[in-house]
Amino acid sequence: MQHKTRIALTAIGLIGLSLAAQAQDGEKYITLASTTSTENSGLFDAIIPQFTEVTDIDVRVVAVGTGQAFEIGRRGDADSLLVHDTAGEKRFVEEGYGAERADVMYNDFVIIGPSGDPAGITDAETVAEALTLIAETEAPFASRGDDSGTNRAELRLWDSAGIEPSGEWYRELGSGMGATLNTAAAMDAYVMSDRATWVAFDNRQNLELLFEGDEALFNQYGSILMNPERFPHLKHDLAEQWHEWLLSDEGQQAIADFEVKGQQLFFPNAKQ
Amino acid sequence: MSTDAGAFMTALTLILGLDPYLLDIVALSLRVSLSAVALAALMGLPLGAALALWRFPGHAALVVALNALMGLPPVVAGLCVYLLLSRAGPLGELGLLFTPAAMVVAQVVLVMPIIAALARQQVQELHQEYHEQLASLGLSRLRMIPTLLWDARLGLVTVILAGFGRASAEVGAVMIVGGNIDGVTRVMTTAIVLETSKGNLPLALGLGIVLLGLVALINAAAYLMGEMARRRQG
Repeated sequence: MQHKTRIALTAIGLIGLSLAAQAQDGEKYITLASTTSTENSGLFDAIIPQFTEVTDIDVRVVAVGTGQAFEIGRRGDADSLLVHDTAGEKRFVEEGYGAERADVMYNDFVIIGPSGDPAGITDAETVAEALTLIAETEAPFASRGDDSGTNRAELRLWDSAGIEPSGEWYRELGSGMGATLNTAAAMDAYVMSDRATWVAFDNRQNLELLFEGDEALFNQYGSILMNPERFPHLKHDLAEQWHEWLLSDEGQQAIADFEVKGQQLFFPNAKQ
Repeated sequence: MSTDAGAFMTALTLILGLDPYLLDIVALSLRVSLSAVALAALMGLPLGAALALWRFPGHAALVVALNALMGLPPVVAGLCVYLLLSRAGPLGELGLLFTPAAMVVAQVVLVMPIIAALARQQVQELHQEYHEQLASLGLSRLRMIPTLLWDARLGLVTVILAGFGRASAEVGAVMIVGGNIDGVTRVMTTAIVLETSKGNLPLALGLGIVLLGLVALINAAAYLMGEMARRRQG
């Protein structure tokens, strides 16, 4: 009986170890910390295979909010970053975590809301006016509240409209873009989204795009290379190939060619 | 079509069409959770048995701690393992973060306390029942462990299934330490979260139905094995 137990335990252990060992592999890849907007819209599924075909390097995307992406970078857990908070990106390089940052592409933020538009923001001239109308009518507004690039941009817009959003109507959800849109749809709230996630989003219910086009809603994405002196263990050579490819004509074209429902979602603007 | 009807259709199409995306995710989910449960059982069963047989200072505290850890929120386990395996952490050198191995480690942390705590209970009951017989055989407590574990095996299968249920159902830990990387660390639960956030509710629910079916299959297999063993004994 005793050795039966031992056999059983050994077998269990061997199964566990062999399964866990299988999980390791040796192909060429980099880890990219990026945002939920790029992942959720399907951009990476479209462009990464093109990069892999040329270089034989796979890009493993960890899609999180921009704040968390910076944290992953600071801890040395990603080989490169593709995020959208230009001020934060420059700080990241100045503080010595990143070696280089470059503009890659842009799209814009849009204000989504219930089709009835209780605050009447469709007639607003500027995004500041639209936000003021929402705050004055105290119509429910769903904020990401997760320190993501979109959240940081939203807070800057409230700030420049001279409003400190607070109260029952202003709900901080602490969720990703898609989850926030799901919640906004359920409670008929206004919400600021990046255009890419909105266009690709399928559970709109009563939500509609109500305000767009103000220059203040510009949303710039940047690619960051990590500092090799600070993080000697990272795959800098491979990451540099990715970074260069994104900025190359080929990479820029791949970004421009990506469409969802017949709409181009990201506009390349790397400085040549 | 309503969302729920759509979900069943989606689930059916996924299963019947042997969708390669789905197959990859299912295979990885099983690999991660089964290896985590196996490793957790390897540590948890002897630990539980030892706690049932030995009394020492701090024994009660250890038992309570183990029981409390059964309720450890997965996201907390994930965060601890993340800090441990991150490059800036003590085990960063291993480079395990954002790999399936990291997900196995996180799930072992979640499952081990369940297996150990429940095994302790089962073995303790058996031990109370057969204490005198075992003692008359002159067995030391160390040698009683395998004997008692073997005698308790039918109940321990349920214990291991409870562990598997926890491992395959959790999302918080694998999301943080795995990163939900397409084709590398994306499992059933993280795929469901992703599809939900895309607003693709039918696919999300469809994946949920597939996951539920899979867990039911494994439980049915364990039940049948138990019945067969019982009949042979009976």
